Amino acid sequence: MTTKTETMDYDEVLERFDPVLGLEVHVELSTRTKMFCGCPNAFGGEPNTHVCPTCLGLPGALPVVNGSAVESAIRIGLGLNCEIAGWCRFARKNYFYPDMPKNFQTSQYDEPIAFDGYLDVELGDGETVRVGIERAHMEEDTGKSLHVGGATGRIHGADYSLLDYNRAGVPLIEIVTKPITGAGRRAPEVARAYVSALRDLLRAMGVSDVRMDQGSLRCDANVSLSPKGDEVFGTRSETKNVNSLRSVERAVRYEMTRQASLLSRGAQVVQETRHFQEADGTTSAGRPKETSEDYRYFPEPDLVPIAPSSAWIEELRSTLPELPWERRRRIQQDWQLTDEELRDLVNTGAADVVAATVDAGAPVDDARSWWVQFLTEQANSRGVDLADLPVTPGQVARVIALIGEGTLTNKLGREVVLGVLAGEGDPDEVIASRGLEVVSDDSALTAAIDEALAAQPDVVEKIRGGKVQAAGAIVGAVMKATQGQADAKRVRELILQRCGAE
Amino acid sequence: MDPTTRTAAELAAGIHAGELSSVEVTRSHLERIAKVDSEINAFLHVDTEGALATAEKVDADIAAGRPPVSPLAGVPLGLKDVLTTKGIPTTCGSRTLEGWVPPYDATVTRKLREADVVVLGKTNMDEFAMGSSTENSAYGPTRNPWDTARVPGGSSGGSAAALAAFQAPVTVGTDTGGSVRQPGALTGTVGVKPTYGGVSRYGLVAFSSSLDQAGPCARTVLDAALLHEVIGGHDPMDSTSLNAPVPSVVEAARRGSSGDLSGVRVGVVTELGGEGYQPGVLRSFASAVDTLRELGAEVVEVSCPNFEYALSAYYLIAPSECSSNLARFDAMRYGLRVADDGTNGADDVMSLSREAGFGAEVKRRIIIGTYALSAGYYDAYYGSAQKVRSLVTRDFDAAYEQVDVLVSPTAPTTAFRVGERVDDPMSMYRGDLCTIPTNLAGTAAMSVPSGLSDEDGLPVGLQIMAPALADDRMYEVGAAYERARDAAAGGALVDRIPEL
Repeated sequence: MTTKTETMDYDEVLERFDPVLGLEVHVELSTRTKMFCGCPNAFGGEPNTHVCPTCLGLPGALPVVNGSAVESAIRIGLGLNCEIAGWCRFARKNYFYPDMPKNFQTSQYDEPIAFDGYLDVELGDGETVRVGIERAHMEEDTGKSLHVGGATGRIHGADYSLLDYNRAGVPLIEIVTKPITGAGRRAPEVARAYVSALRDLLRAMGVSDVRMDQGSLRCDANVSLSPKGDEVFGTRSETKNVNSLRSVERAVRYEMTRQASLLSRGAQVVQETRHFQEADGTTSAGRPKETSEDYRYFPEPDLVPIAPSSAWIEELRSTLPELPWERRRRIQQDWQLTDEELRDLVNTGAADVVAATVDAGAPVDDARSWWVQFLTEQANSRGVDLADLPVTPGQVARVIALIGEGTLTNKLGREVVLGVLAGEGDPDEVIASRGLEVVSDDSALTAAIDEALAAQPDVVEKIRGGKVQAAGAIVGAVMKATQGQADAKRVRELILQRCGAE
Repeated sequence: MDPTTRTAAELAAGIHAGELSSVEVTRSHLERIAKVDSEINAFLHVDTEGALATAEKVDADIAAGRPPVSPLAGVPLGLKDVLTTKGIPTTCGSRTLEGWVPPYDATVTRKLREADVVVLGKTNMDEFAMGSSTENSAYGPTRNPWDTARVPGGSSGGSAAALAAFQAPVTVGTDTGGSVRQPGALTGTVGVKPTYGGVSRYGLVAFSSSLDQAGPCARTVLDAALLHEVIGGHDPMDSTSLNAPVPSVVEAARRGSSGDLSGVRVGVVTELGGEGYQPGVLRSFASAVDTLRELGAEVVEVSCPNFEYALSAYYLIAPSECSSNLARFDAMRYGLRVADDGTNGADDVMSLSREAGFGAEVKRRIIIGTYALSAGYYDAYYGSAQKVRSLVTRDFDAAYEQVDVLVSPTAPTTAFRVGERVDDPMSMYRGDLCTIPTNLAGTAAMSVPSGLSDEDGLPVGLQIMAPALADDRMYEVGAAYERARDAAAGGALVDRIPEL
C-alpha cells in the first residue's frame, strides 16, 4: 500500500497559492436513440441487448448522425451563451481500449458545435460568479467494463473483464470551462456551484436526466496551483470519478491541499489522471502515463459536416425554456420569499423540485417544508443530492394532497414517502401495501378511547374539572394503541366529548 | 451454347423469356468454378445452396408468369469478399477474419438479393483491399486467366479473374485507388468506379472511407451498366451516400452502342502517359484515341498539372484512414484471437492478435498511417495530402469545363508475373498512377479493354473518366468504343482468352 499522502492546511494553501480550475462535464443526452444508430438510448438493460452492427463497430457498419442529438447540442450551446458553429465536423479520437468498439471515439476536435460562452453561477451567499465556457462538443459514450478480480477494480491486475456495449454510442455533450481563476478560498465552492447550475440548466431544458449517481452527468476536475500573485499556471491534475456535487467540492479542496504540500516541499505536481475516493475524500494516482497520449485526431470521413442554418438556430433559441435563475427570480416574487428564504431553497438544491411539486398541485408552503426539511434530512443521511432522491415531485405532491384531505396524517405521510424511497412504488401503492390509511371510523376509535380513559381516571377528573390540556395524555395513549394511524385531532374531539368538556 | 460464355444481358433475356432456366445457368457456372478455380483461385467461398435457392425462385416466378423483379433476376454473380453477407463468411482476404460470419448484409448485398441476382460466392482480394495484384490475400494469390503465371491485378483480382475465367458473367468489386479498373485492364474486362457516394458503402469493410467505392465488373459495358443500376442509389444508412437518382447508365450504354460520338468532347490527360509506361500500352492507347476520333468525338489534350502529386497524397490519406479503420480488429468482439492463455493482459492480447492476423502490406500501411497522423507530423503529411486532394479536384473541375470525358491508359503496364513486385512496394504502388486521381476527386471512371499489347499479347485497358454524377457519359463513350474495337478486331477481346 502507498504511504499516506501529505496535505497542507487549507488556510496556509491560500496564503501561498492561487488555485486555477478547469471543469469538464460529460452529459448523456436523453434522446430516444443513440448518437449514430437506431438502438435505444436507455440506462441499464440486460448486457449487450441495446446493440447493433454500428454501435458494436462491426466491420463495414457506418454511423448516421442523430438529428435530435445535434438539436440538443445546439440548445445547450445557446443556454450557455455560446456561439454556434456555422459549419463543423466530427473527428476520430484514436486509442485502444476494449470497451470502445471501433478503437476510436467519434468526437469533435478543433471544430466544436458550440464555443465561447459563459454561465453565471450563484454562490451560497448570493454572490454571482461568471464561469467562461470554452466549448461544448458532441461525442459518443463508450461501453462499460467490469474488471473481475485484482485489487484495484481496474483492468490492470484483473483476472478477466466483462464488457457491456449497451452504453456504447450513447450521445454525450462534453462541456469544458475556460480556466477559472481568482476564486481563491471559494474555488471548491465555485466548482460545486458551477456543476449545480449546469445541472439545473440541463434539467430545465429537458435534454438529459443529469443523474450524477447513474453517470448521466460526470465531472472531471482539473486543478492546479500558481504561487500567489504569479500569472503562470502550475501543472494540473485531472480528477475523475467525481460523481456528486459534494464530491466535486471535496475533490477540488483535497487536490489544492495535496498539491500545495508537494510544491512547498520542492516536489513536482505530476500531470496525471487521479481517481476520487468517496470514502475518505482523497484522490489517488491513476496509472502514470509513460508518454503523453497522441490521439491522432482527424476529420471523420464516414460523416458529412454539420452546417446548422441560422434560421434553425434562431428557432431553437426560441424554444429555450425559462432558465433556472430566471425561474428563481419569478419564484421569489410569486411565493413572496425573502432573499434568505430563497437562498435556503437554492442552497439545499430544492428550488426546482419545490417548483415542480407546486406545479403538480401542492401548496407552496407544504412543498417547501417537505423538501427543505424531511427530504433534505433523507438526502443527507443517504449521502446523495436532493434531486437524486428516488422520489418525484409528483409523488410528494400526491402525499401532500392526501394529508390535506385527511387520508394521511403528517406522520403517516412521512412513512409513505419512506416507502416510496425504498422502492415500494407510488404513494397509493405504499399506502395499500403497508396499510397506512388514517383510522377515521369513530366506533373503532371510541373503544380505544374508553380503554385509555378507564386506565387513567385521574386525568379524566382533571379534564372534567376544566383542565382541557390534560387531554393530551389520553390522546398519546390512543395514538399508541392505534399505532399512530388515528387522526389526532379527531381523537382529541372525541375525548373531550366523552368527558363532557366541549 | 455454353451459358458461361454469354453476357449477363443475354442470360437475363433468355431466363426472363423462359428459354433458359436460372438453375441450369447457375449450375453451369458452379461447375465452371469447380473445374477451373483450383487453378485461378478467384473464389474464397462458394454458396452453392444459396445460389440455387435464388435461381429456383426466379425459375418459379417466370414459370408462374410473374415478371422478373429486376433486369438481372436469375443471373449469377460473384461478390468481392469485402462486402458483408449475412450468414455467409466474409474474410476481406485476411487471416484475422477467417471464419467470421456477419450478422448483417451490406446494402449492396441486400440490393442484389432483392433483385434476385444469384450470388455464387465471395471473390478473392488483396487483404482488406490493400494491393494491386491480389497476392496480398491470406488465402493465396488469384491467377490471371490470360496467363496463370501472372497476376490479375488487384485488389479486386478475384472479381476480375472470375469474369475472364467465365466463372461469372458479372461481379462486384471495390475501388479505393484503382482496385476495380486496374484488374479490369489486366484481365481484358470492364471495371467501373462509380461517382463516390453513388453506391452505398454500408457493409463495405472500410479500407479508406473517403476513397472506397463499390462498382460493377463485367465482360461488356452494357452488363456493367445493368449491374450498376441494381447496386446504385441513395442509402440512408451511409451518410456519404449521394441523395440523387442513379445516372441512366443502361440507357447511355445502349445509346453508345449506336457508335456515334459526334459532338462528344474527349480530353487526353497529358500527365498520364509518356515515361514509365510500357510502349505497347501507349500504342494501344493511341490507337484507342484514334478510334474515338473516328467515331466522331472531338479529341483535345488537357493538362492536369497536380496529378503528379496524386500518388503521394493517396499513399498518405489512404493509410491514415486505414490505420483508424482497422483499429477495430482487436480480437475483443470478433476475429482471430491469440495469446489469450491467462498470462497476457488485454493490451498484449490485442497486439499479439493483430500481429498474427494482419499481413505485411496491411501492417506497412497501418504504420505509415499512424505516423502520418501523429502529433507534429499531421500538418506535414495528412494536412498536405488533403491540400493536394483539393488541387487534384480543381484540375478535374477545370478539365471538365473543356471536355465531357477524360481518357488515359488504365495502368502503365500489362499484367506482371506473380512475385515480380511483392518485394518492391513502390513499383507496385506506381501501378495506380492513372487511377488514383479519380478516387481523390470522388468522380467517376471506368476501364474498357483496348486490345492486346503488341509486345506481350496481354490485355490493355482504356480509362474513361467523367465528372461526379455524370457516370452515364463514360458508359456512352465506353459502349461506343467497345463496339468499334470489337468490330475492327473481328470479335470481343474475351473470346481470345486461352482455354483453361
